[in-house]
This record gives sequence, C-alpha cells and structure tokens, in this order.
Amino acid sequence: MFAQQLKKNASKIIVTAIMGALSIFFLVPFIWMVSSAFKFENDVMRFPIEWIPETINVVYNFKAVWMGNVPFYLFYWNSIKVALTVTLITLVFSSMAAYSFTKLQFKGRDLVFLLLISYMIIPAQATLIPRFMLIRWMGLYDTHAALILMDMFSIYFTFLLRQFMLGVNNDFIEAAKIDGAGYFRIFWSIMLPLCRPVLATVAIIKFIWTWNDYQNPLIFLLDKKLYTIQLGMALFRDDYTNNYAIMMMASLSAIIPLLIVFVILQRQVINGIALGGVKG
Amino acid sequence: MEPAKSILPQGQVKPRRFWSPRRKEALVGWLFLLPEIAGMLLLNVFALLFSLYLSFSEWDLLSGIKGIKFIGLDNYAKMFQDEAIGQALKNNLLYTVFTVPVSIAVALVMAVLIHSKVYGKDYFKVVFFLPYISSIIAIAAVWSALLHPSLGPVNQFLLELGITNPPKWLVDPKTSLLSIALISTWAGIGYTVIIYMAGLTNIPADLYEAADIDGASSLQKFFKITVPLLRPTTFFLFVTMLIASFKVFDIIAFLTEGGPHNSSTVLVFRIYEEGFRNYNMGYASAISWLLFAIIGILTAATWKMRKEDAA
Repeated sequence: MFAQQLKKNASKIIVTAIMGALSIFFLVPFIWMVSSAFKFENDVMRFPIEWIPETINVVYNFKAVWMGNVPFYLFYWNSIKVALTVTLITLVFSSMAAYSFTKLQFKGRDLVFLLLISYMIIPAQATLIPRFMLIRWMGLYDTHAALILMDMFSIYFTFLLRQFMLGVNNDFIEAAKIDGAGYFRIFWSIMLPLCRPVLATVAIIKFIWTWNDYQNPLIFLLDKKLYTIQLGMALFRDDYTNNYAIMMMASLSAIIPLLIVFVILQRQVINGIALGGVKG
Repeated sequence: MEPAKSILPQGQVKPRRFWSPRRKEALVGWLFLLPEIAGMLLLNVFALLFSLYLSFSEWDLLSGIKGIKFIGLDNYAKMFQDEAIGQALKNNLLYTVFTVPVSIAVALVMAVLIHSKVYGKDYFKVVFFLPYISSIIAIAAVWSALLHPSLGPVNQFLLELGITNPPKWLVDPKTSLLSIALISTWAGIGYTVIIYMAGLTNIPADLYEAADIDGASSLQKFFKITVPLLRPTTFFLFVTMLIASFKVFDIIAFLTEGGPHNSSTVLVFRIYEEGFRNYNMGYASAISWLLFAIIGILTAATWKMRKEDAA
C-alpha cells in the first residue's frame, strides 16, 4: 500500500515536472516581451538573451509609446470606451431577449428563437461588405458608433442567458405578479439579480473579445485618433518597423489590462469560457 | 364573446379592454425581443441578401448605388480562374490541417495530465490560458520579433544548436503559413485545454476505480475510458475549431498581409483585399458567398456525422 502510494506520488512529481517544462514554453515569450520593453534597442536581439537587462531604457520606450505622435493613452481611451459601451448594451439587449424567450408566453416566440440561432452560423466575415455599406449609408463610417453597432447584438450571449434563465424558478415570478409587479419590474428587480453570476461572466468575456478585436476597427476606422489599441499596434508596427524595444513596450501596454482582469477574475473567466465554449 | 361590454353603474357603456392580459404579455414579449430582432434583420438577413445581390454585380463603391451593374455569374466565373483564390482555398485547408488535429490531440493529453496528475493545477490552467486571453495582435507582435529570420532569438538559438540554415519563418513563402499556424496553435491551445478539462469533470470517478481494480494501465484507461467518454467534447471542439479555422484573419492581416507572394493568404483576407483595397465590392461579395457556402457545408456535414454517430 505504501509502495503504491509512493509510486503514485513519484509519477505525479514527474508529470508535474514535464508540464512545468512545457509551461515555460508558454511563459517565455511573455517574459521576453517584458524584458525587451525595458531594454535599449541594441540589446533586444543580443544573444544569449539578457533576461534581466543590464542597462535600462524603459523611460524612453515608455515615452515613445505613451507620449508619441499618436499616444497610446488615446488608443486606451478609445478601446475602453468601445468595449465598455458594447458590453453594457449587449448585457441589456441579450438579457431582455432571453427573458422574453423564457418567461413570457406569446405566439411566434419559439419561431423567432429558432431563426435567431440558425443565423448564428453566418460568419460575420461573410457579411463584411454589406455591413460596411450599411455603416456608410448611416453616415457612421469612421466613428466609434460603427464598432459599437457591429458588436452590440450577440445571438451567442442571448442563447447563453436563455439557457441560464430557463433554470430560474417560476415561483419567484408568480409571487411577484401576485404582489402586482409588472413585466419590467419582474425583469429588472427579480430576473437580473438572480442572473448576476452569468451576467458577470458574459460581461467579462464580451469585454475581452471586443478589446481584442482587430477586424472591425481595421475596416470601419480611418482617423488615427479613433484607433483602438489593436489597430494602434499596427500603427506602431509601421512606425517602428525595426524598433523591437518599443514594439514590446506597446505589446505589454496592450496586454496588461487584460492580464489584470484575468488574474483577478481567473475563475470566472475560465468557467465562462468553459460554460458555452463557442467563440463568436 | 357576448359580454363584450359592461354597464357601468352610471349607465355608461364601457368597451371591453383591448389590452387583455394575453395581448399585453405578447406586446411586452415582442418589445423585449425588438433590439435582437432588429439586429438580426439588419446585420444578418439584409446583409446576407444584399451581399448575394452584389455577388452578381460589378460595383466599385465610389460610383454610388446607381453604379451597381448586374453582370450575372461573371464574378463566380472569375473566381474559378483566380489563382489567388485557389491559393487562399489551399491555404485555408492547410491551415486547418496544421492547427485542428494537433490542437485537439495535444490539448487532450495536456488536459488529462493537468486534471489528474499534477501539483498546482491552477497554475497550469492560468499559464496555458494566458496567451488566449492576451490579444492575438500583441502575441503576434512578440512572435514576429522572436522569429526574426536573422536576429531573432529563436533562430539564434537554432544556430547555437548547430543548425546552419534555420527556417526564415514568416518571410519565407515556404514556411509563412506554417509559422502562422504554429503561433495560433500556441495562442489558442489553452482554450481547448479548458474545454477538455470541463468535459473531464463529467466523467464519473468510479469508472477509473473499477478499472484500477481490474488492473488496467494508465494508457488503457486513457484509450478505453477517457477518449470514448470525451467524444462529445471532441466533436464540439472539432466543429468549432474547423469553422474558426476558415475565418482566420486578424493574425494574417497583422503579420504577413497574406504574403510573401500570397503564400499565407486566406479567403477572408481575399475578401478584405478585394473589397476594401481594390473596391471590387461585387467580387468580394462573391468570395464571401464562397466562404459562407464552405462553412454551411461543413456545419451540415458535421451535424450529419454527429447524428449518425448518435444513432
């Protein structure tokens, strides 16, 4: 029995060591990025790699990224503005629809639901051209409103919230009805509070996806002052083609807010991804 | 239907209320659905039909709506002769082959190991998931520096190992697509691991205990219990990753712009280039429909597979 336990522990230690080695392969690019962001350009590509730079040029790199021609804080502000607005609107629209799909009875409801989820297979990439035309006709080309409009409807999150609301006990709703609460009251003060955990998950994931989006800003924005972070990265790539220290400072700056969100809310993020799976 | 009116005490006639509770519920129901329905009509129904119409037209955008010229099947005919489209299709397929099976196999093994046999489970979950949470653009920027053909640390390391002619990665037409596939596999595998780990928690532990009593080896348990019971998860991952691999765009647009010499171009990048750089809106729409058809067929085929699998 003891020998068996020992054998089990030994194999666990070996597997942990192997996975530990593999995990280094996932961490090293991040460490290299951080280390390069602190270096003089000449030292970035020096080999063997100086993991802890001897001479530090972080202030210069930081200034180049954050106070340059088109400063990074502008991209930050734009990304925060777009991602927050999109997240809030998605939460409202998707939970409204989910409430209607689960707790209100009327003809045509299930048909609409079926239609909605069957449209989920249409890749947004296949409707880029007409979306672009729509935005132009609406006079929204080169505005943040275009990005918000493109991202604020989410069939996927509607579906996710519906699944959750199906599980909400109807007794709460019946009790509230007897107390004279209307539909809006029930939605606002009963449904939404009961859905708080899943709403938080949806919010985090939608925020991350919008923050990381590259395609929509690339197509709908022209003015550099409106660029989001991801598009700003492309600008840095063009302006500092061979200045990797500055590029790495820009990459670090682009990732850091998400890393903070992730480290604080890792359980929620991971469970949220596992919950529905599909990205899109 | 008789007592449609009621007589009020004063003798006035009060019409039956139009807003019966049922009607009111239906109205509220539709009101709550309104935003999502509007979004669906605008961004899906209208967009799809309009792009279908455009795919049979020639239009350069600048000439305004009146400039749309119906040209029948010409765009589709052109597509079959367009070498870049052929290359894009081939690249999409190769990219799928490079990314999907490897990700699924590696992630499955990683998930099983993390699930049952390591200390510090949470550490591994977080580390492998880190690239997925980070923006693919920032990740791509880091890797493009790491893979720099002459100065990059990866090739310096390979030279150190005695490999005299290390691959030129993103700048060589022979390896550009493979490099992109490697980077996106690296960046996306954490997601696959997480989904597999969620699937693993649903396998009852007593199955493994019973197998232990029968003296099954770890490998036997893996192939006889874990793999078969994870089949639905594998199927789900296979379908979503297959479809996602045909939508790949961001990393390619940022790193190679489809180059060098179209060696890493893909369908979505063709749509972008034809539509937003050359302003061939009609032709770009035809490519969009090709993409849509491929994804539709893949979805239908995999669902059929699953039905047969279940039967």
